[in-house]
Amino acid sequence: MTTTAPPQTTIRHGIGESVRRPDGVPKVTGNFAFSSDLSATGMLWGATLRSPYPHAEITKLDTAPALAVPGVAAVMTWEDVPGRKTYGLEVADQPVLSDGRVCYWGEPVAIAAAETPEDARAALAAIVVEYDELEPLTDAEEAAAAGETFRTITVRRGDRDVAGAVVVEGEYVVGMQDQAPLGPESGLAIPDDQGGVDLYVATQWSHTDHAQIIASLDKSPDEVRVHLSGIGGAFGAREDVSLQIHLCLLALRTGRPVKMVYDRSESFVGHVHRHPAKLWYRHEATEDGDLVKVTARLLFDGGAYTSSSPAVIGNATYFAVGPYRCDNVSVDGIMVRTNNPPCGAMRGFGAVQACFGHESQMDKLAAALGMDPLDLRQRNALGTGDHMPTTGQLVETPLPTARMIDELRAMPGAPELSAEHPLHLPGGTGLTTDPAHITRGVGYAISIKNLAFSEGFDDYTEVRVVIDAAGVEVHTAAAEVGQGLVTLCQQIARTVLGIENIVVRFDDTSLIGSAGSTSASRQTQMTGGAVEAASRALLADILDAYRADRLDDAGAWHNGELVASLEHIADHGPNERHIRFRHPPTETADENGQGRLHVDFAVAGHRATVDVDRELGLVRVVRIDTVQDVGKVLNPAALVGQVEGGVMQGVGLGMMEELIIEDGIIKNPNFTDYLLPTFADAPEVHARFIEEPSIFGPFGAKGAGEPPAISSTAAVAAAISNAIERRIARVPIRPDDIIGITPKSF
Amino acid sequence: MRITFQVNGEERSTDVHGAESLLDVLRDRLALPGSKNACEQGECGSCSVVLDGELVCSCLVMAVDADSSTVTTVEGLTDGDHLHPVQEVMLDAGGVQCGFCTPGFVVAAAHLFAADPTPSDDDIMEALAGNVCRCTGYGSILRGLSALAEANRHGGEP
Repeated sequence: MTTTAPPQTTIRHGIGESVRRPDGVPKVTGNFAFSSDLSATGMLWGATLRSPYPHAEITKLDTAPALAVPGVAAVMTWEDVPGRKTYGLEVADQPVLSDGRVCYWGEPVAIAAAETPEDARAALAAIVVEYDELEPLTDAEEAAAAGETFRTITVRRGDRDVAGAVVVEGEYVVGMQDQAPLGPESGLAIPDDQGGVDLYVATQWSHTDHAQIIASLDKSPDEVRVHLSGIGGAFGAREDVSLQIHLCLLALRTGRPVKMVYDRSESFVGHVHRHPAKLWYRHEATEDGDLVKVTARLLFDGGAYTSSSPAVIGNATYFAVGPYRCDNVSVDGIMVRTNNPPCGAMRGFGAVQACFGHESQMDKLAAALGMDPLDLRQRNALGTGDHMPTTGQLVETPLPTARMIDELRAMPGAPELSAEHPLHLPGGTGLTTDPAHITRGVGYAISIKNLAFSEGFDDYTEVRVVIDAAGVEVHTAAAEVGQGLVTLCQQIARTVLGIENIVVRFDDTSLIGSAGSTSASRQTQMTGGAVEAASRALLADILDAYRADRLDDAGAWHNGELVASLEHIADHGPNERHIRFRHPPTETADENGQGRLHVDFAVAGHRATVDVDRELGLVRVVRIDTVQDVGKVLNPAALVGQVEGGVMQGVGLGMMEELIIEDGIIKNPNFTDYLLPTFADAPEVHARFIEEPSIFGPFGAKGAGEPPAISSTAAVAAAISNAIERRIARVPIRPDDIIGITPKSF
Repeated sequence: MRITFQVNGEERSTDVHGAESLLDVLRDRLALPGSKNACEQGECGSCSVVLDGELVCSCLVMAVDADSSTVTTVEGLTDGDHLHPVQEVMLDAGGVQCGFCTPGFVVAAAHLFAADPTPSDDDIMEALAGNVCRCTGYGSILRGLSALAEANRHGGEP
């Protein structure tokens, strides 16, 4: 994989420019078709009956009355699933429709298709279903004690008998966050006339959907085609199957197209969430501030089904110490099974929770040592050539932790509080805050995360680059969820090939192999890397075939003469490269959690400045300054957009975003009660980037989507703690926590 | 019942159920899916339209109450292939990612700029505080609209 070869020529709208999105115009004019906007002639509407209990036996299930409702075309239950009755990303343990025991609140029990959404809802209401409630297991500690776990990981590195002169301990809690993509789960399934089906759906990974769908439908791979439709955000919420199998079942049963759109309340039970976690840490250091030993226990609640929980606890455990050198480390990561809502992927994927723990500890340790918190971090900063504190893996990629800390420290601070407009006060335009009660706080946090898939997973992506008379088509099944991969693919192909007219085609599962998931910050490096590699190979083929020295939109050139037009190349070749791109392999861990588990890492750091109304417990996050290790800036505006958006989600977890679960039931499944940051909450974000080319990835770029959402939460918590001179060990931080009237310990 | 109203300058008539919202009618009966269904609770602004000169969440307007009204949706802001200035600056500034909130932001921002072509940054932030964006963190949207206000102050193009 070449990352150092210079671009062939300087081309407009290539690498390094803030190129406009190719899907931008349809998006600003309302013409972009999201999955919820699709329709087909003769279309039925699907709906899902869900369990009102977190744990129960179904004692009676009678769908006959529902079938009698006017307009109803089909009602289906577990018995109607022709193939595998369960699905799942890592383990197929989640029933497509309940098999008689429901294990979480909102678990699908039956599905219906009808002429209108109203008819479909009427059908659900007519289904007779009776439950025997069972005691739900909702306490993570109880689940751990009972051995109800999806995965436990033990990291043992170094000498467990060594001790430090200065010791700090702490227990930390992270609430359950939701990805809350604005586009609801939705899709359209259209049966063909040969027993197969085409599914148009918003997903992060069409090929893994496809594999799960054909297993449950008992179809051969070519009978089902999954098409990427317009995706209204994802952030991890679309990695698991939601309505995909249901839609196909209904379409095949009725022989008609079926559309399904979750409303927001259903969306909140229709996808997995960020795991709530309880973290216990002990840090030991020399009196000079060198980390000697870190001991931790991380308890994550995976909810009722596996989803990606095993990988999430892997990340939490392996990044439990943060980007610091430490030779003696002992971490126990425990992912429990309960009757709470299933949890899985969300931006940051286990590293977010761990970061709140390790960064709270670093601040606590700095205070115990009487050191500046950044000096302590700098003293222990992990870099290239060091070994990961947890896994012992040698860090081979550029890891500019120390430089990042220096640059973050050097960034100008936020200006003094300006009370000109109440928007800038903690109470906002509600005018509740008296400026005299405001205290400013500043806090820092830094993080490390893996890029792309780890732990021995065969991580690959397929790309096909094709010359046609008009230019170049790049084919991929990678999900463009909003992050801008579509623009990067164009920029990369342009810069390599020298051809400006690049069109990106998102192929269905029958036309190209998997691109892997749009997750783990991986698509820029993986699919972007594949576009670079395929383009370079195709360029070499063409230059060689025509003894040319250059390619552009006109064709191939030799010594300033056009030797083959693009049309000629398209007709006579070489005109195509189809590649499967892999990153360097990784390994699984040994019994002590040791090994080369990760292919690449990125670090990021955040400084939060907050104004706190100590009387009312209200907070205004004034500003986030950040430095991020990105390898190479490919599209400055898109990168800044990833950083600002990720920071906002991190601030959200720090301040307000929490699904409240009581006895297994989500109490706030709507945007009135699950608060998302708005313009009124938005801090200014100032970002700087470190460009040290990675070991793989297009032009040396590293994935950049997740790091903004990792240490931003911990930085906000540190800043609030700094303002109120008391460490708050739980996020989101609520007004009661700030005032100090929280009724229970957390 | 049947309602008749002006939508993006055209007279439209359609049957509606009693429980239908203006958003439902626009999306499912009038084939105008630009207005989005993100929360259907008036919290996120993705369904913003201008109704008789007022910016509203179309999910909170009963369809029957839109009878005899004048409605502008995102589809009505483009003049042929000519984008509204708000749409141009959203594209230039990177204010569009997944794009699901974008129609609502475009309608709300166009409404703001129609009333005040030179809003301050604070005015912009306050006026758009009813629109949720989950992707951008708002910075790029503010930079785009702020640049438009600045251009308007100087009477030129952004």
